[in-house]
Amino acid sequence: MAAAGDNIAISVEKLSKNFRIPHEKHSTLKATVLNVFRKKSYSELEALRDLDFQVRKGEFFGIIGRNGCGKSTLLKIIAGIYMPSSGKVRVNGRISPFLELGVGFNPELTARENIYLNGAILGLSRKEIDSKFDEIIHFAELEEFVDMKVQNFSSGMHVRLAFSVAIRAHSEILLIDEVLAVGDANFQEKCIREFSRFKEEKRTILFVTHGMDMVEKFCDRVLLIDKGRKVELGNPKQVSLEYSRLNALEKERREGEDVGAADGSERKIEITSVESLDEHRKPQKIFQSGDDIILRIGYRARTAVEKPVFGIAFYNDVGVCVAGPNTRTSGMVIDSVEGEGSIELRVRKNPFNEGSYYTTVVIFDWEILNPLDHIDKANSFKVVTEEKNYGGMIKLDAAWENRPAEDAP
Amino acid sequence: MKELQPYKYSGMVRELTLTDFKLKYKASFFGYLWSLAKPLMFFGVLLVVFTKFFKIGGAVPNYPVYLLLGIVLWTFFTEASFSSLTSIVGRGDLIRKVYFPRIVLTVSASITALITLFLNIIVFFIFMAFAKVSVPWTAPLFILVLLEFFILTSGISLFLASLFVRFRDIGHIWEVTTQALFYATPILYPLSLVPEGFQKLLMLSPLAQVIQDGRYLLISNDTATAASVLGYPLALVPYALSVLIFVVGYWFFQREAYRFAEEI
Repeated sequence: MAAAGDNIAISVEKLSKNFRIPHEKHSTLKATVLNVFRKKSYSELEALRDLDFQVRKGEFFGIIGRNGCGKSTLLKIIAGIYMPSSGKVRVNGRISPFLELGVGFNPELTARENIYLNGAILGLSRKEIDSKFDEIIHFAELEEFVDMKVQNFSSGMHVRLAFSVAIRAHSEILLIDEVLAVGDANFQEKCIREFSRFKEEKRTILFVTHGMDMVEKFCDRVLLIDKGRKVELGNPKQVSLEYSRLNALEKERREGEDVGAADGSERKIEITSVESLDEHRKPQKIFQSGDDIILRIGYRARTAVEKPVFGIAFYNDVGVCVAGPNTRTSGMVIDSVEGEGSIELRVRKNPFNEGSYYTTVVIFDWEILNPLDHIDKANSFKVVTEEKNYGGMIKLDAAWENRPAEDAP
Repeated sequence: MKELQPYKYSGMVRELTLTDFKLKYKASFFGYLWSLAKPLMFFGVLLVVFTKFFKIGGAVPNYPVYLLLGIVLWTFFTEASFSSLTSIVGRGDLIRKVYFPRIVLTVSASITALITLFLNIIVFFIFMAFAKVSVPWTAPLFILVLLEFFILTSGISLFLASLFVRFRDIGHIWEVTTQALFYATPILYPLSLVPEGFQKLLMLSPLAQVIQDGRYLLISNDTATAASVLGYPLALVPYALSVLIFVVGYWFFQREAYRFAEEI
């Protein structure tokens, strides 16, 4: 273990954390004494379950997951703020004891006083702060505001000051919980340079976020947590794909499928189902850009319906109609339908860029004047892409050709 | 996982104490004067009541300085215990986000009160000079009494601070308790007026012992002390109690401390 431990900064083994949530919380001595003989009931909230991973020294390690997935609890256990319920956390090296920037800033005090206060909370001695004071103020670009009360600072100034103090606490392992959301682009760039410097100095950084951008930009490896469990651990690209899948699934679950919930009135024909399928006709909600997508519309016609027209409109998540094919404009004539049946649209090599899409399905008469039935947002699916997305809604089937001047006619 | 680094956190104690002190006295120009005015007002009222109305004090030589010292020490006890009581709960923001030994918060609250005590003792000496009471040679030994007093108060403070995290009615309970303690301690009445059996009982309290020892060392060697009232070895009880209370308070605090972040 000793040999392996040399380049391991943090090792987490079988870590679980449960919170006990009492059904009745007695926050007074009186209530506790009065209820001393009553059986206490509580429910266990499982925040983390059997987590196993190691962070190497000098690694920029990301932890992502949706809100409430347990990532902050994990960071708190690593920092020593919470105790694990079971399992072990070993930290090799001085760890920064804080999770959030500017915790402990007192708005009533000036920037100068807060630097000393915050520095002390981070474990710096007065002498150390004295020697780093100018550097801190300079980095935060607050030379002119040293003696201003922090309560008059803008949020950007606040973060700059906090970040500047924090990175000077001489810890070998830095824990950072969503920082760079604030601050102007200029300062963010400075922070990024600072991060690269940390990397060169072989300092370890644990970076927690629910956004992918920063993770893809910096992290060497990423741990994806969902519902307190490890879902994936690996390089940022691979994990981010899994993460967007997870998000898409979750969104699906929340939206539900309200297909077939047409109102009770008698219709000649109604849409009974709308499904998205992959090329093997298996139900699928998530597609890679370029995959075939099959949309199947199920219908039931009470009487014979002459020359119906089926149409599907694709909307993106901001409500723009991306495409709206229908059977008539595609040159298809359906003489008559009766009873139950289905019709499929195959989107060959789907051109969609990454995002969520909704389909609205309609059955018209031949003149496309009267909708016989329609379902808004009958179905949704998600498209993910591994390539870099340079904007736009669709990927064109296009090719570049370089034609230097001498080739021109 | 965490090594103890007391030196590392002495800086934090100092900065927190300084901040407390600064904020308390920066808020208004008369900041410190207000915290001085409170015990002085109390003192003035009691002095009038007990020398003019009840005439208890009149019979006792040096009654005003006795009373003032008692009130100054008592003020420290209540200030330290009440500010410590909320020291953990009041800094939930820090506790939930930063790792540091939680005791830092309670210790710095007690030290803030200690600084006020020092300032008040200076005022007490000035009053002594005006009252033309000469300071006996035993005065420097008073430092030892203060040390014991600080240990006793810290023990109680640690206990209260950790209990308050779980039971939010401790504040009320402690308020009532201190009121009872105030009358059970010879602050405004001289011990000689208490029936003899009760004298012994009262002197078992470390609070009574501290105040009487202080009076003995700073004002007059005629003062009844634990030693003179209880005799050996019973006189050791209040001193031992101070240490015991500290040990229990510290132990209890450390036992609870790891859960503070989750319970606040």
